[in-house]
Amino acid sequence: MSARPRLDSRAKSHLSYFAYASHRFSGLLLACFLPLHFLMLSQSLRGAQGFEQSLALTDLWVFKFGEWALVILLAVHLAGGLRLLILEFGPWNGLRKGWIQLSTLFGIACGLLFLYLAN
Amino acid sequence: MGQALNQGVMQAKLWYAQRISAMVLGICVAAHLAMIFYAIRGGLTAQEILGRTQGNVLFAFFYEVFVLACFIHAPIGINNILQETFPRSGIAKPTACVLGLLILVLGSTAVVGVYSGGTL
Amino acid sequence: MSNTDLKVKVWRGAEQGEFVEYLVPRNPNQTVLDVVTYIQRKLDPTLSYRFACRVGMCGSCAMTVNGVARWTCRTHVSQIVQGDALEIAPLNNLPVIKDLATDMREFFNKWKGAVGFFKGDKTRYDDFAKVQPDSQERQLANAGIECIGCGVCYASCEVVESRPNYLGPAALNRAWTLTNDVRDVQQIERMRAVAGDAGCHACHSQGSCTEACPKSIAPTASIAGLKKLVARAAVRGSKWGKL
Repeated sequence: MSARPRLDSRAKSHLSYFAYASHRFSGLLLACFLPLHFLMLSQSLRGAQGFEQSLALTDLWVFKFGEWALVILLAVHLAGGLRLLILEFGPWNGLRKGWIQLSTLFGIACGLLFLYLAN
Repeated sequence: MGQALNQGVMQAKLWYAQRISAMVLGICVAAHLAMIFYAIRGGLTAQEILGRTQGNVLFAFFYEVFVLACFIHAPIGINNILQETFPRSGIAKPTACVLGLLILVLGSTAVVGVYSGGTL
Repeated sequence: MSNTDLKVKVWRGAEQGEFVEYLVPRNPNQTVLDVVTYIQRKLDPTLSYRFACRVGMCGSCAMTVNGVARWTCRTHVSQIVQGDALEIAPLNNLPVIKDLATDMREFFNKWKGAVGFFKGDKTRYDDFAKVQPDSQERQLANAGIECIGCGVCYASCEVVESRPNYLGPAALNRAWTLTNDVRDVQQIERMRAVAGDAGCHACHSQGSCTEACPKSIAPTASIAGLKKLVARAAVRGSKWGKL
Protein backbone atom coordinates (compact mmCIF):
# COMPACT_ATOMS: atom_id res chain seq x y z
CA MET A 1 0.00 0.00 0.00
CA SER A 2 1.46 3.36 -0.94
CA ALA A 3 0.32 6.88 -1.72
CA ARG A 4 -1.04 7.64 -5.18
CA PRO A 5 1.54 8.75 -7.74
CA ARG A 6 2.27 12.47 -8.16
CA LEU A 7 3.74 14.66 -10.89
CA ASP A 8 7.30 13.45 -11.46
CA SER A 9 10.16 14.25 -13.80
CA ARG A 10 8.41 12.59 -16.73
CA ALA A 11 5.79 15.34 -16.73
CA LYS A 12 8.48 18.02 -16.54
CA SER A 13 10.89 16.70 -19.15
CA HIS A 14 10.24 19.39 -21.70
CA LEU A 15 12.20 22.40 -22.82
CA SER A 16 9.91 25.10 -21.43
CA TYR A 17 10.03 23.58 -17.96
CA PHE A 18 13.83 23.42 -18.18
CA ALA A 19 13.82 27.13 -19.05
CA TYR A 20 11.66 27.87 -15.99
CA ALA A 21 13.90 25.79 -13.72
CA SER A 22 17.13 27.41 -14.96
CA HIS A 23 15.62 30.86 -14.56
CA ARG A 24 14.50 30.13 -11.01
CA PHE A 25 17.76 28.46 -10.01
CA SER A 26 19.98 31.17 -11.50
CA GLY A 27 17.81 33.90 -9.95
CA LEU A 28 18.01 32.33 -6.51
CA LEU A 29 21.81 32.03 -6.60
CA LEU A 30 22.23 35.55 -7.99
CA ALA A 31 19.99 36.95 -5.24
CA CYS A 32 22.12 35.23 -2.61
CA PHE A 33 25.31 36.54 -4.22
CA LEU A 34 24.22 40.14 -4.65
CA PRO A 35 24.67 41.38 -1.03
CA LEU A 36 28.16 39.85 -0.95
CA HIS A 37 29.01 41.52 -4.24
CA PHE A 38 27.92 44.92 -2.91
CA LEU A 39 29.77 44.34 0.33
CA MET A 40 33.00 43.69 -1.56
CA LEU A 41 32.50 46.71 -3.78
CA SER A 42 31.81 48.96 -0.81
CA GLN A 43 35.36 48.21 0.36
CA SER A 44 36.24 50.82 -2.25
CA LEU A 45 35.43 53.33 0.47
CA ARG A 46 38.85 52.43 1.87
CA GLY A 47 40.50 53.92 -1.20
CA ALA A 48 42.46 52.15 -3.93
CA GLN A 49 44.93 50.42 -1.60
CA GLY A 50 42.34 49.25 0.93
CA PHE A 51 40.13 48.09 -1.91
CA GLU A 52 43.03 46.19 -3.51
CA GLN A 53 43.73 44.48 -0.20
CA SER A 54 40.17 43.20 0.16
CA LEU A 55 40.14 42.16 -3.48
CA ALA A 56 43.19 39.99 -2.81
CA LEU A 57 40.80 37.56 -1.16
CA THR A 58 39.27 36.84 -4.53
CA ASP A 59 42.54 35.41 -5.86
CA LEU A 60 41.61 32.09 -4.24
CA TRP A 61 40.61 29.57 -6.89
CA VAL A 62 37.18 29.03 -5.34
CA PHE A 63 36.40 32.71 -5.96
CA LYS A 64 37.67 32.48 -9.53
CA PHE A 65 35.37 29.50 -10.10
CA GLY A 66 32.55 31.45 -8.47
CA GLU A 67 33.09 34.43 -10.75
CA TRP A 68 32.95 32.19 -13.80
CA ALA A 69 29.79 30.46 -12.57
CA LEU A 70 28.13 33.78 -11.77
CA VAL A 71 28.79 35.16 -15.24
CA ILE A 72 27.10 32.10 -16.70
CA LEU A 73 24.19 32.38 -14.25
CA LEU A 74 23.80 36.04 -15.12
CA ALA A 75 23.78 35.30 -18.85
CA VAL A 76 21.24 32.48 -18.42
CA HIS A 77 18.99 34.59 -16.19
CA LEU A 78 19.14 37.52 -18.60
CA ALA A 79 18.30 35.43 -21.65
CA GLY A 80 15.55 33.52 -19.84
CA GLY A 81 14.16 36.76 -18.47
CA LEU A 82 14.00 38.36 -21.91
CA ARG A 83 12.14 35.26 -23.12
CA LEU A 84 9.61 35.67 -20.30
CA LEU A 85 9.11 39.34 -21.15
CA ILE A 86 8.45 38.36 -24.77
CA LEU A 87 6.07 35.58 -23.71
CA GLU A 88 4.13 37.91 -21.44
CA PHE A 89 4.24 41.21 -23.32
CA GLY A 90 4.93 40.28 -26.92
CA PRO A 91 2.67 38.71 -29.57
CA TRP A 92 2.03 35.05 -28.90
CA ASN A 93 4.17 32.77 -31.02
CA GLY A 94 4.41 29.57 -29.02
CA LEU A 95 6.67 28.86 -26.08
CA ARG A 96 9.68 30.33 -27.90
CA LYS A 97 11.73 27.15 -27.83
CA GLY A 98 14.22 28.52 -30.33
CA TRP A 99 14.91 31.23 -27.78
CA ILE A 100 15.61 28.61 -25.11
CA GLN A 101 18.17 26.96 -27.34
CA LEU A 102 19.76 30.34 -28.08
CA SER A 103 19.83 31.19 -24.35
CA THR A 104 21.68 27.99 -23.60
CA LEU A 105 24.21 28.76 -26.31
CA PHE A 106 24.49 32.33 -25.00
CA GLY A 107 25.23 31.00 -21.50
CA ILE A 108 27.89 28.68 -22.83
CA ALA A 109 29.36 31.44 -24.99
CA CYS A 110 29.62 33.80 -22.02
CA GLY A 111 31.27 31.09 -19.97
CA LEU A 112 33.84 30.45 -22.69
CA LEU A 113 34.41 34.15 -23.30
CA PHE A 114 35.08 34.67 -19.61
CA LEU A 115 37.63 31.86 -19.57
CA TYR A 116 39.30 33.26 -22.65
CA LEU A 117 39.49 36.86 -21.43
CA ALA A 118 40.18 36.34 -17.75
CA ASN A 119 43.70 36.23 -16.45
CA MET B 1 -14.15 39.78 -0.23
CA GLY B 2 -12.64 43.22 0.24
CA GLN B 3 -9.49 41.64 1.63
CA ALA B 4 -9.24 39.20 -1.26
CA LEU B 5 -9.56 42.09 -3.70
CA ASN B 6 -6.85 44.10 -1.94
CA GLN B 7 -4.62 41.07 -2.03
CA GLY B 8 -5.40 40.61 -5.71
CA VAL B 9 -4.55 44.21 -6.48
CA MET B 10 -1.32 43.80 -4.48
CA GLN B 11 -0.32 40.71 -6.44
CA ALA B 12 -1.05 42.49 -9.71
CA LYS B 13 1.08 45.48 -8.70
CA LEU B 14 3.95 43.27 -7.52
CA TRP B 15 3.86 41.38 -10.81
CA TYR B 16 3.89 44.65 -12.73
CA ALA B 17 6.75 46.07 -10.64
CA GLN B 18 8.81 42.94 -11.16
CA ARG B 19 8.30 43.00 -14.93
CA ILE B 20 9.09 46.75 -15.24
CA SER B 21 12.23 46.33 -13.12
CA ALA B 22 13.06 43.30 -15.30
CA MET B 23 12.96 45.50 -18.39
CA VAL B 24 15.32 47.99 -16.72
CA LEU B 25 17.58 45.14 -15.62
CA GLY B 26 17.59 43.71 -19.14
CA ILE B 27 19.42 46.83 -20.26
CA CYS B 28 21.58 47.15 -17.14
CA VAL B 29 22.67 43.50 -17.12
CA ALA B 30 23.47 43.47 -20.83
CA ALA B 31 25.60 46.59 -20.35
CA HIS B 32 27.19 45.14 -17.21
CA LEU B 33 28.09 41.86 -18.93
CA ALA B 34 29.68 43.77 -21.79
CA MET B 35 31.64 45.86 -19.27
CA ILE B 36 32.77 42.76 -17.40
CA PHE B 37 34.18 41.21 -20.55
CA TYR B 38 35.91 44.47 -21.46
CA ALA B 39 37.33 44.99 -17.98
CA ILE B 40 38.69 41.53 -17.18
CA ARG B 41 41.08 41.42 -20.11
CA GLY B 42 44.56 41.04 -18.70
CA GLY B 43 43.36 40.85 -15.11
CA LEU B 44 41.48 43.27 -12.92
CA THR B 45 42.89 45.46 -10.15
CA ALA B 46 41.23 47.87 -7.74
CA GLN B 47 43.21 50.63 -9.40
CA GLU B 48 41.66 49.80 -12.77
CA ILE B 49 38.12 49.65 -11.36
CA LEU B 50 38.42 52.93 -9.53
CA GLY B 51 40.19 54.48 -12.47
CA ARG B 52 37.01 54.03 -14.45
CA THR B 53 34.40 54.80 -11.81
CA GLN B 54 35.94 57.43 -9.57
CA GLY B 55 34.35 60.81 -10.16
CA ASN B 56 32.33 59.42 -13.05
CA VAL B 57 28.77 60.71 -12.64
CA LEU B 58 27.44 58.65 -15.51
CA PHE B 59 28.68 55.40 -13.99
CA ALA B 60 27.34 56.41 -10.56
CA PHE B 61 23.92 57.14 -12.03
CA PHE B 62 23.91 53.90 -14.03
CA TYR B 63 24.87 51.76 -11.06
CA GLU B 64 22.39 53.43 -8.72
CA VAL B 65 19.59 52.75 -11.23
CA PHE B 66 20.91 49.18 -11.39
CA VAL B 67 20.80 48.87 -7.58
CA LEU B 68 17.27 50.26 -7.41
CA ALA B 69 16.06 47.87 -10.10
CA CYS B 70 17.61 44.92 -8.19
CA PHE B 71 16.01 46.23 -5.01
CA ILE B 72 12.58 45.86 -6.63
CA HIS B 73 13.23 42.72 -8.68
CA ALA B 74 15.11 40.30 -6.42
CA PRO B 75 12.94 40.43 -3.26
CA ILE B 76 9.73 39.84 -5.24
CA GLY B 77 11.36 36.81 -6.86
CA ILE B 78 12.64 35.45 -3.55
CA ASN B 79 9.24 35.98 -1.97
CA ASN B 80 7.62 33.88 -4.69
CA ILE B 81 10.15 31.07 -4.37
CA LEU B 82 9.92 30.91 -0.57
CA GLN B 83 6.14 31.22 -0.54
CA GLU B 84 5.84 28.26 -2.90
CA THR B 85 8.51 26.10 -1.32
CA PHE B 86 7.61 26.73 2.33
CA PRO B 87 3.96 27.83 2.14
CA ARG B 88 3.02 27.72 5.81
CA SER B 89 6.29 28.82 7.37
CA GLY B 90 5.76 32.56 7.04
CA ILE B 91 9.43 33.17 6.16
CA ALA B 92 8.79 34.47 2.67
CA LYS B 93 7.96 38.10 3.41
CA PRO B 94 10.56 38.74 6.15
CA THR B 95 13.37 37.17 4.11
CA ALA B 96 12.38 39.18 1.06
CA CYS B 97 12.33 42.39 3.12
CA VAL B 98 15.77 41.66 4.60
CA LEU B 99 17.15 40.98 1.14
CA GLY B 100 15.64 44.21 -0.14
CA LEU B 101 17.20 46.19 2.68
CA LEU B 102 20.61 44.59 2.15
CA ILE B 103 20.52 45.30 -1.57
CA LEU B 104 19.45 48.92 -1.11
CA VAL B 105 21.89 49.77 1.69
CA LEU B 106 24.93 47.76 0.60
CA GLY B 107 24.31 48.55 -3.06
CA SER B 108 24.07 52.29 -2.57
CA THR B 109 27.11 52.17 -0.29
CA ALA B 110 29.00 50.38 -3.07
CA VAL B 111 27.96 53.03 -5.60
CA VAL B 112 29.12 55.80 -3.26
CA GLY B 113 32.30 53.83 -2.66
CA VAL B 114 33.33 53.41 -6.28
CA TYR B 115 32.33 56.97 -7.11
CA SER B 116 34.30 58.49 -4.29
CA GLY B 117 37.15 55.98 -4.40
CA GLY B 118 37.80 56.39 -0.71
CA THR B 119 38.12 60.14 -0.77
CA LEU B 120 35.12 60.58 1.58
CA MET C 1 1.81 -15.98 -22.03
CA SER C 2 2.95 -14.75 -25.38
CA ASN C 3 6.21 -12.83 -25.50
CA THR C 4 4.48 -10.00 -27.32
CA ASP C 5 2.31 -9.30 -24.28
CA LEU C 6 2.36 -5.82 -22.81
CA LYS C 7 3.23 -5.52 -19.13
CA VAL C 8 0.75 -2.91 -17.96
CA LYS C 9 0.93 -1.45 -14.47
CA VAL C 10 -2.40 0.06 -13.45
CA TRP C 11 -3.17 2.06 -10.29
CA ARG C 12 -5.66 0.24 -8.11
CA GLY C 13 -7.15 1.85 -5.04
CA ALA C 14 -7.77 5.49 -4.23
CA GLU C 15 -5.44 7.95 -2.45
CA GLN C 16 -3.79 4.85 -1.02
CA GLY C 17 -3.29 1.84 -3.22
CA GLU C 18 -0.75 0.13 -5.42
CA PHE C 19 0.20 -0.54 -9.02
CA VAL C 20 -1.02 -3.96 -10.18
CA GLU C 21 0.54 -5.52 -13.28
CA TYR C 22 -1.57 -7.07 -16.01
CA LEU C 23 -0.46 -8.89 -19.16
CA VAL C 24 -2.29 -7.65 -22.24
CA PRO C 25 -1.88 -9.10 -25.74
CA ARG C 26 -0.28 -6.65 -28.11
CA ASN C 27 -2.10 -5.68 -31.29
CA PRO C 28 -1.25 -3.36 -34.13
CA ASN C 29 -3.20 -0.06 -33.92
CA GLN C 30 -3.83 -0.44 -30.22
CA THR C 31 -4.67 2.58 -28.08
CA VAL C 32 -4.14 2.85 -24.34
CA LEU C 33 -7.93 2.94 -23.96
CA ASP C 34 -8.10 -0.39 -25.78
CA VAL C 35 -5.63 -1.75 -23.23
CA VAL C 36 -7.61 -0.50 -20.22
CA THR C 37 -10.86 -1.81 -21.73
CA TYR C 38 -9.27 -5.21 -22.33
CA ILE C 39 -8.14 -5.40 -18.70
CA GLN C 40 -11.57 -4.52 -17.37
CA ARG C 41 -13.50 -6.84 -19.69
CA LYS C 42 -11.21 -9.86 -19.77
CA LEU C 43 -8.92 -9.77 -16.77
CA ASP C 44 -10.36 -7.79 -13.87
CA PRO C 45 -13.97 -6.54 -13.92
CA THR C 46 -13.40 -4.57 -10.71
CA LEU C 47 -11.26 -1.96 -12.53
CA SER C 48 -12.94 1.49 -12.62
CA TYR C 49 -12.24 3.95 -15.41
CA ARG C 50 -13.99 6.59 -17.50
CA PHE C 51 -14.50 6.92 -21.21
CA ALA C 52 -17.30 7.96 -23.55
CA CYS C 53 -16.83 8.82 -27.21
CA ARG C 54 -13.50 6.91 -27.64
CA VAL C 55 -12.76 9.05 -30.72
CA GLY C 56 -11.02 12.08 -29.22
CA MET C 57 -13.93 14.48 -28.83
CA CYS C 58 -15.15 14.34 -25.24
CA GLY C 59 -11.99 14.26 -23.11
CA SER C 60 -13.47 11.76 -20.60
CA CYS C 61 -10.70 9.19 -20.99
CA ALA C 62 -7.83 11.43 -19.81
CA MET C 63 -5.35 9.54 -17.60
CA THR C 64 -1.68 9.65 -16.67
CA VAL C 65 0.20 7.37 -19.06
CA ASN C 66 3.92 6.80 -18.31
CA GLY C 67 3.84 9.90 -16.13
CA VAL C 68 2.25 12.23 -18.68
CA ALA C 69 -1.43 13.24 -18.86
CA ARG C 70 -3.02 12.14 -22.14
CA TRP C 71 -6.27 11.17 -23.82
CA THR C 72 -6.01 7.40 -23.75
CA CYS C 73 -8.26 6.96 -26.80
CA ARG C 74 -5.88 9.08 -28.87
CA THR C 75 -2.65 7.59 -27.56
CA HIS C 76 -1.36 4.67 -29.56
CA VAL C 77 0.53 2.15 -27.48
CA SER C 78 3.29 2.03 -30.08
CA GLN C 79 3.86 5.79 -29.56
CA ILE C 80 4.57 5.64 -25.86
CA VAL C 81 5.37 2.08 -24.83
CA GLN C 82 8.76 1.66 -23.14
CA GLY C 83 10.02 -1.75 -24.23
CA ASP C 84 6.91 -3.72 -23.42
CA ALA C 85 5.91 -1.73 -20.33
CA LEU C 86 3.12 0.77 -19.74
CA GLU C 87 2.15 2.59 -16.57
CA ILE C 88 -1.41 3.90 -16.28
CA ALA C 89 -2.52 6.05 -13.36
CA PRO C 90 -5.35 8.52 -12.66
CA LEU C 91 -4.94 12.20 -13.58
CA ASN C 92 -2.66 14.07 -11.17
CA ASN C 93 -3.78 16.99 -9.00
CA LEU C 94 -7.32 15.62 -8.64
CA PRO C 95 -8.66 13.42 -5.81
CA VAL C 96 -8.98 9.77 -6.80
CA ILE C 97 -12.43 8.22 -6.46
CA LYS C 98 -11.35 4.75 -7.46
CA ASP C 99 -8.58 3.35 -9.64
CA LEU C 100 -8.44 5.52 -12.77
CA ALA C 101 -11.45 7.71 -12.07
CA THR C 102 -10.85 11.11 -10.45
CA ASP C 103 -13.18 13.57 -8.77
CA MET C 104 -13.50 16.45 -11.25
CA ARG C 105 -15.58 18.69 -8.99
CA GLU C 106 -12.74 20.97 -7.87
CA PHE C 107 -11.73 21.38 -11.53
CA PHE C 108 -15.18 22.64 -12.50
CA ASN C 109 -15.64 24.63 -9.29
CA LYS C 110 -12.51 26.56 -10.15
CA TRP C 111 -13.95 27.17 -13.59
CA LYS C 112 -16.87 28.85 -11.87
CA GLY C 113 -14.51 30.53 -9.44
CA ALA C 114 -12.73 32.22 -12.32
CA VAL C 115 -16.11 33.47 -13.62
CA GLY C 116 -15.59 31.17 -16.57
CA PHE C 117 -19.19 31.45 -17.72
CA PHE C 118 -21.03 33.88 -19.94
CA LYS C 119 -23.56 36.49 -18.92
CA GLY C 120 -25.01 38.99 -21.35
CA ASP C 121 -27.55 41.77 -20.99
CA LYS C 122 -29.60 41.34 -24.15
CA THR C 123 -32.90 39.53 -24.45
CA ARG C 124 -34.58 37.69 -27.31
CA TYR C 125 -36.36 40.95 -28.16
CA ASP C 126 -33.14 42.82 -28.80
CA ASP C 127 -31.26 42.77 -32.06
CA PHE C 128 -28.45 40.20 -32.53
CA ALA C 129 -25.13 41.19 -31.04
CA LYS C 130 -22.70 41.94 -33.83
CA VAL C 131 -19.23 40.53 -33.31
CA GLN C 132 -16.76 41.17 -36.10
CA PRO C 133 -15.03 37.86 -36.92
CA ASP C 134 -11.78 39.58 -37.77
CA SER C 135 -11.75 41.82 -34.70
CA GLN C 136 -8.83 41.40 -32.34
CA GLU C 137 -11.04 40.23 -29.48
CA ARG C 138 -12.69 37.56 -31.60
CA GLN C 139 -9.30 36.31 -32.83
CA LEU C 140 -8.01 36.12 -29.27
CA ALA C 141 -11.13 34.30 -28.09
CA ASN C 142 -10.94 31.87 -31.03
CA ALA C 143 -7.49 30.76 -29.96
CA GLY C 144 -8.85 29.37 -26.71
CA ILE C 145 -12.52 28.46 -27.03
CA GLU C 146 -12.16 24.88 -28.24
CA CYS C 147 -11.47 23.70 -24.68
CA ILE C 148 -13.65 20.74 -23.68
CA GLY C 149 -12.66 20.61 -20.03
CA CYS C 150 -10.74 17.34 -20.11
CA GLY C 151 -8.42 18.26 -17.23
CA VAL C 152 -5.14 17.31 -18.90
CA CYS C 153 -3.64 20.79 -18.49
CA TYR C 154 -4.76 20.96 -14.86
CA ALA C 155 -3.19 17.57 -14.21
CA SER C 156 0.10 18.65 -15.78
CA CYS C 157 0.57 21.89 -13.86
CA GLU C 158 3.14 22.07 -11.06
CA VAL C 159 1.64 25.29 -9.72
CA VAL C 160 -1.71 23.54 -9.29
CA GLU C 161 0.15 20.91 -7.30
CA SER C 162 1.96 23.37 -5.06
CA ARG C 163 -0.86 25.94 -4.60
CA PRO C 164 -4.15 24.16 -3.86
CA ASN C 165 -6.11 27.40 -4.46
CA TYR C 166 -4.62 28.08 -7.88
CA LEU C 167 -7.46 28.33 -10.38
CA GLY C 168 -5.46 26.46 -12.99
CA PRO C 169 -4.85 26.71 -16.73
CA ALA C 170 -8.28 25.59 -17.98
CA ALA C 171 -10.31 27.96 -15.79
CA LEU C 172 -8.01 30.88 -16.57
CA ASN C 173 -8.03 30.08 -20.27
CA ARG C 174 -11.81 30.15 -20.28
CA ALA C 175 -11.83 33.40 -18.28
CA TRP C 176 -9.52 34.94 -20.89
CA THR C 177 -11.74 33.92 -23.80
CA LEU C 178 -14.65 35.53 -21.99
CA THR C 179 -12.77 38.77 -21.32
CA ASN C 180 -12.59 38.90 -25.11
CA ASP C 181 -16.32 38.32 -25.49
CA VAL C 182 -17.61 41.82 -26.20
CA ARG C 183 -21.13 40.82 -25.16
CA ASP C 184 -20.21 39.74 -21.64
CA VAL C 185 -21.15 42.06 -18.75
CA GLN C 186 -19.21 40.54 -15.84
CA GLN C 187 -15.75 41.75 -16.74
CA ILE C 188 -14.96 43.52 -13.45
CA GLU C 189 -16.01 40.49 -11.40
CA ARG C 190 -13.98 38.26 -13.71
CA MET C 191 -10.86 40.39 -13.36
CA ARG C 192 -11.27 40.39 -9.59
CA ALA C 193 -11.65 36.63 -9.61
CA VAL C 194 -8.47 35.99 -11.58
CA ALA C 195 -6.26 38.45 -9.71
CA GLY C 196 -4.46 37.39 -6.58
CA ASP C 197 -2.46 34.48 -5.34
CA ALA C 198 -4.94 31.94 -6.64
CA GLY C 199 -5.15 33.66 -9.98
CA CYS C 200 -3.19 34.37 -13.06
CA HIS C 201 -0.12 35.90 -11.41
CA ALA C 202 0.80 32.57 -9.81
CA CYS C 203 1.57 31.16 -13.25
CA HIS C 204 5.28 30.81 -14.01
CA SER C 205 4.90 30.08 -17.71
CA GLN C 206 6.35 26.61 -17.25
CA GLY C 207 4.31 25.66 -20.29
CA SER C 208 3.38 22.12 -19.25
CA CYS C 209 -0.26 22.95 -19.95
CA THR C 210 0.49 24.16 -23.47
CA GLU C 211 2.69 21.11 -24.14
CA ALA C 212 0.04 18.69 -22.92
CA CYS C 213 -3.15 20.14 -24.38
CA PRO C 214 -4.61 17.63 -26.87
CA LYS C 215 -6.43 20.46 -28.64
CA SER C 216 -3.28 22.57 -29.06
CA ILE C 217 -4.67 25.37 -26.97
CA ALA C 218 -2.07 27.53 -25.22
CA PRO C 219 -3.28 28.39 -21.71
CA THR C 220 0.13 30.01 -21.20
CA ALA C 221 -0.86 32.61 -23.81
CA SER C 222 -4.29 33.18 -22.27
CA ILE C 223 -2.83 33.57 -18.82
CA ALA C 224 -0.24 36.04 -20.15
CA GLY C 225 -3.13 38.05 -21.56
CA LEU C 226 -4.89 38.01 -18.20
CA LYS C 227 -1.73 39.06 -16.36
CA LYS C 228 -1.38 42.17 -18.48
CA LEU C 229 -5.08 42.98 -18.34
CA VAL C 230 -5.33 42.62 -14.57
CA ALA C 231 -2.09 44.48 -13.88
CA ARG C 232 -3.19 47.40 -16.02
CA ALA C 233 -6.63 47.36 -14.41
CA ALA C 234 -5.05 47.45 -10.95
CA VAL C 235 -2.67 50.28 -11.78
CA ARG C 236 -4.37 52.38 -14.44
CA GLY C 237 -7.84 50.96 -14.94
CA SER C 238 -9.44 49.07 -17.83
CA LYS C 239 -12.22 49.85 -20.27
CA TRP C 240 -14.63 48.39 -17.73
CA GLY C 241 -13.27 50.28 -14.72
CA LYS C 242 -10.48 50.05 -12.18
CA LEU C 243 -9.90 47.05 -9.93
